[in-house]
Amino acid sequence: MSTVAEERNARAPWALTAPALMLFVGVLLIPLAMTVMLSFHDWGQYKGIEPVFILKNWQEIATDPYYAEMFRRTFRIAILTTLLTALLGAPEAYILNRMSGRWKSFFLLVILGPLLISVVARTLGWALLFGGNNGLVNKLLMSLGVIRSPIPFMFTETGMVVALAHVMMPFMVLSVWAALQRLDPQIENAAMSLGAGPVTIIRRIIMPQIMPGVLSGAIIVFSLSASAFATPAIIGGRRLKVAATLAYDEFLNTLNWPLGAAVATLLLVALVLIVVGSNALIERRYAEVFR
Amino acid sequence: MAYLELDRVAKQFGAQTVVDDFSLAVGKGEFISFLGPSGCGKTTTLQMIAGFLDPTRGAIRLEDKDLTAIHPAKRGLGIVFQSYALFPHMTAAENVAFGLEMRNVPRADRAERVRAALAMVGLAGYEDRHPRRMSGGQQQRVALARALVIKPSVLLLDEPLSNLDAKLREEMQIELRQIQRTIGTTTILVTHDQNEAMSLSDRIVVMSQGRIEQIGTPQETYEKPASAFVSQFLGKTNDFAGTIDRTATPVRLVAGSWSAPAPAGLSGPVTVSIRPERIGFGDAGLGAKILTRIFQGNHWLFQCDSECGPAIVIRQNDGKPQPTEGEAVRLTWRPEDMSVRARTGG
Ligand SMILES: Nc1ncnc2c1ncn2[C@@H]1O[C@H](COP(=O)(O)OP(=O)(O)O)[C@@H](O)[C@H]1O
Ligand SMILES: [Mg+2]
Repeated sequence: MSTVAEERNARAPWALTAPALMLFVGVLLIPLAMTVMLSFHDWGQYKGIEPVFILKNWQEIATDPYYAEMFRRTFRIAILTTLLTALLGAPEAYILNRMSGRWKSFFLLVILGPLLISVVARTLGWALLFGGNNGLVNKLLMSLGVIRSPIPFMFTETGMVVALAHVMMPFMVLSVWAALQRLDPQIENAAMSLGAGPVTIIRRIIMPQIMPGVLSGAIIVFSLSASAFATPAIIGGRRLKVAATLAYDEFLNTLNWPLGAAVATLLLVALVLIVVGSNALIERRYAEVFR
Repeated sequence: MAYLELDRVAKQFGAQTVVDDFSLAVGKGEFISFLGPSGCGKTTTLQMIAGFLDPTRGAIRLEDKDLTAIHPAKRGLGIVFQSYALFPHMTAAENVAFGLEMRNVPRADRAERVRAALAMVGLAGYEDRHPRRMSGGQQQRVALARALVIKPSVLLLDEPLSNLDAKLREEMQIELRQIQRTIGTTTILVTHDQNEAMSLSDRIVVMSQGRIEQIGTPQETYEKPASAFVSQFLGKTNDFAGTIDRTATPVRLVAGSWSAPAPAGLSGPVTVSIRPERIGFGDAGLGAKILTRIFQGNHWLFQCDSECGPAIVIRQNDGKPQPTEGEAVRLTWRPEDMSVRARTGG
């Protein structure tokens, strides 16, 4: 009797998770595996996709410096975006956390608000402000005589970094915010009573404790920026391509699905390695703070 | 002469007065407890001394210098927080060393003092442990060492033992008292536990709703409570309604069938407060019936229904026979064991 019940109990978790598991396998793992397989297929302008196993696409990516440059650009943009969000987002979260009740909720809403607006709309906003001669800010600054020619923004890496940082900021702020919530509310008073000034308190007491939050925020921002599509597509267009826009172009414009699949797979693998690696490093380094 | 002096200190948050008219003179080396129920303003008062809050009114002086004019970082007070507020990213030794570092104590000297401070609180050998890997009691000791290593002029403790289990708390109480006696630091302890206040302090400040109810030695506050609140808050007590009978000569204090010569200066209705352990069973006195009798090892606890309402009596378990449940008894006590206050209202 009891063994039957136990067996049923042992099977229950599987039975309960089965629907979600099947969905996960069906919509994520299978397409992923198919993409990886696709990257080994052949493709020709007139013959289309040939389901054979060759390394042609991978060789092309490995040897043609165009791809190396493009991946370098992708990760350069992701790193700069991450740095910018950390530099602005961490102090932002700290200041926000020190505000009193009503203001705190208001500004939290202001910071999270952009998440409710489509990335496309937000990025187009940047384009309206800085886009060439017709950008509002450019027009204003030029008419005031501050600048002679428009600030280069569209089709530049700087523009992409700024627009991406704007899009990604809420993730960094939220992550640091969560770390700040874990601080002992009296910790600053404790440091102060021992004779520490405000700068020392931030540098020696607050920073080390919110660092895990900054770093996990950085991982989120980095992986989202490296694989971002909409913002690079609008700011960079076809002139300044990153991995995601290149893969998209290969799939939908050139119709070279296998090459696009290879680019996408490489981006995915690189991201997984970077994220898993840095996560492990962070957890080891900050074992005491995480417990 | 007063070492630390609070002079009519008050604190308001908006319209709410949280501490009012708080005056206290603390002698050097004294151990003072702020005792009162949760929310009565103990922490607020302590934080005003520490400088984390500014008093709305009144003055705080340390050795006759205005303390409120000094930045909290420069006051040189040692503070142990209820949550300990240890720095989780630093080892025990680094935590303790932090205050010395801020004072630019040379490295070698620092290491020696940190080692001595940790040894004093019984944590020798725990230098390299991080707080999260320590038990509550050990964290508490690190917090104490961190506060004491800077040789503070005053040590402020905000419910430092409330997160420990009962047995550990008792051990720490004894240890805290010993450490304080040894190094002689003037100490203010905030607590809502009357046993803790009584076993540790030289004097207790009993607080209620932001005001001082009584300042006195543990014995004074227990045996001569200045108000009904104090007598209720510090252990169990019996309050009997009595009257001063001015028609008799000499004037007598009467409570039910119990009576005694009246104390001077009172007349009319009064409240007679008497501790349960000071009541005895006799041949004459307040008539009562024993409702329940509870054996508690070293003593018996009797719940009685007396002429003046419910009464509790505690008798030492001295081996002699005790009255049983349902028995009619007479409750007596010595006049010097009671405190009598004028009864207002009903
Ligand atoms: N920053 C604050 N703002 C408003 N009210 C407060 C603040 N701090 C404490 N209080 C109020 O002051 C009263 C006393 O608080 P506290 O001093 O912490 O009491 P205790 O330490 O005796 O439990 C409480 O009613 C509390 O709600
Ligand atoms: Mg408190």
